[in-house]
Amino acid sequence: MKPEQIQKIKTPLIAALVLLAVVDIFVHGDHATFIWDSIPGFSAVYGLITTVLIIVVSKFLGHAFLMKPEDYYD
Amino acid sequence: MTGWIHPAAFFFIAAALLLFVKGKAKQGIILAAPALGFLSLLIAPEGDHGTTTFMGQQLIFGRVDRLSLIFGYIFTLMTFIGMTYALHLKDEKEHIAALLYAGSALGVTFAGDLFTLFLFWEIMAFSSVFLIWFKGGKASSAAGFRYLLMHIFGGLCLLGGIVIHAAGGGGIAFNALPHTGLGATLILIGFLLNAAVPPLHAWLADAYPEATVTGIIFLSAFTTKTAVYALVRGFPGMEILIILGAVMAVYGVVYAMLENDIRRLLAYHMLSQIGYMVVGVGIGSELARNGAVALAIANIVYKGLLLMGMSSVLFMTGKRKASELGGLYRTMPWTFRLFMIGGLSISGFPLLAGFVSKSMVVSAAAEAHHGWVFLLLTLASAGTFLSTTLKLPYAVFLGEDKKIAATDPPKNMLIGMGLAALLCVLMGILPGLFYRLLPFPAEYHPYTVAHLVESLQILCATALGFIFFLHKFHSENTISLDIDWFYRKGAAAFLWLAKLNKSFSSPER
Repeated sequence: MKPEQIQKIKTPLIAALVLLAVVDIFVHGDHATFIWDSIPGFSAVYGLITTVLIIVVSKFLGHAFLMKPEDYYD
Repeated sequence: MTGWIHPAAFFFIAAALLLFVKGKAKQGIILAAPALGFLSLLIAPEGDHGTTTFMGQQLIFGRVDRLSLIFGYIFTLMTFIGMTYALHLKDEKEHIAALLYAGSALGVTFAGDLFTLFLFWEIMAFSSVFLIWFKGGKASSAAGFRYLLMHIFGGLCLLGGIVIHAAGGGGIAFNALPHTGLGATLILIGFLLNAAVPPLHAWLADAYPEATVTGIIFLSAFTTKTAVYALVRGFPGMEILIILGAVMAVYGVVYAMLENDIRRLLAYHMLSQIGYMVVGVGIGSELARNGAVALAIANIVYKGLLLMGMSSVLFMTGKRKASELGGLYRTMPWTFRLFMIGGLSISGFPLLAGFVSKSMVVSAAAEAHHGWVFLLLTLASAGTFLSTTLKLPYAVFLGEDKKIAATDPPKNMLIGMGLAALLCVLMGILPGLFYRLLPFPAEYHPYTVAHLVESLQILCATALGFIFFLHKFHSENTISLDIDWFYRKGAAAFLWLAKLNKSFSSPER
């Protein structure tokens, strides 16, 4: 993907996230099960953090221990 | 007998007929068997049918209740879809194996006692291995043998458990089993092996990608899902399953992130999905068990669709590595579109099957106040979208155009995928109809504003993270070590030791 294509996708995504977080202010509060249910935009932040975590941690585990050349078992 | 016909009968009779029939009639038979099986279930009266006494024990071949019926519906439906996808095959061998396999899955589903369950459990293992072996070649032969050995081990655990449980006065009726005691524990291990719960999971990702183009569709539908059925029936509310399932949901995602083989990536991701179901069984509330069942049903459909998509890519290009593929959206547009419907379904996009099923388990975890389970399952949801719906299709269909000559697959394969895609949409837009079939009385409304806002936040955030890290997503030409390392390397070490021993012992003694 070219940088300008990436920018074309990035901007609406960020806009959508901010919009959803704003809507979140009016949605929550009536049925808070967990402590984080009362934080508007928690899902957005948690989604971002976990995405980065999954990428970084799985790549780290792969390069440190798990990934081997294809003929490893031959 | 009250005029009840076991749906598996249609499958076994059809398998026998295929030995004598060729051409168009053969195609009729392989589609008629699942269709008739499905219709027979629509008129099946609830209750116990096909009971007989064997060695002083009562065997029940046909326990028809809401839980067995819903699995019966989906197994017959998915066989129909899989057979449509496999309609072009000239050779009937694979069809026979698939029919025996699907029929024995139905045998397990309607078994009212543990002996009958065990009988069909074993036929499943022995018929399904041929769907791996028929691919031919050294890798598939070896993977098939490893698969069979693991299932023989699991089957022996199950049989030993049944005998101990029955001898201890537990009887052989198959209902909720005790959570303690050697017999029940061995039965549980047998179930967990077929559900591919870590550390008993490695056979799945090892063997499934070595199956034939069409064989993997059947493999993904039956073995793990009959195990989920058996867990829902036998071990509801067993707390250790919550932990095992939550770990499993994340485990599958991590391996899917690393995988280069397009079908193995999806196989690894199956673990993640089954993890949710296992969590649902462990929580054990009516909502949680309904969630486990709903997700099993939805997963059979969209995982089947995703695998049909990647099997089509393998079939048309002869390539199986993400690192060798790219730019196929131009040459295989329909495969791309249908694959994406499966991908968006599994990621939990509104109006599709995942949104109305996966969320039931997550909500049940919230209702039971399992905060860390909720967080892990939500993390796995992000990982699902990332690995299956962003990373994989990006590498295969978009990404760098490798100028691979290909076209969309034969019409019957596209129709098979189309049927699965249609089911994904129907479940998503008419969840009420789908919920009416669920076995337990539990109210659930998927389309609330809170659920929509929460899901869309996670999905947008994951997409943003993907775009941000796009440079990290070049597929690497590697394999990943898993638990099977212990027996693959262990067996080699054992043989080396055995040879060593031989060279020390002289023949004169």
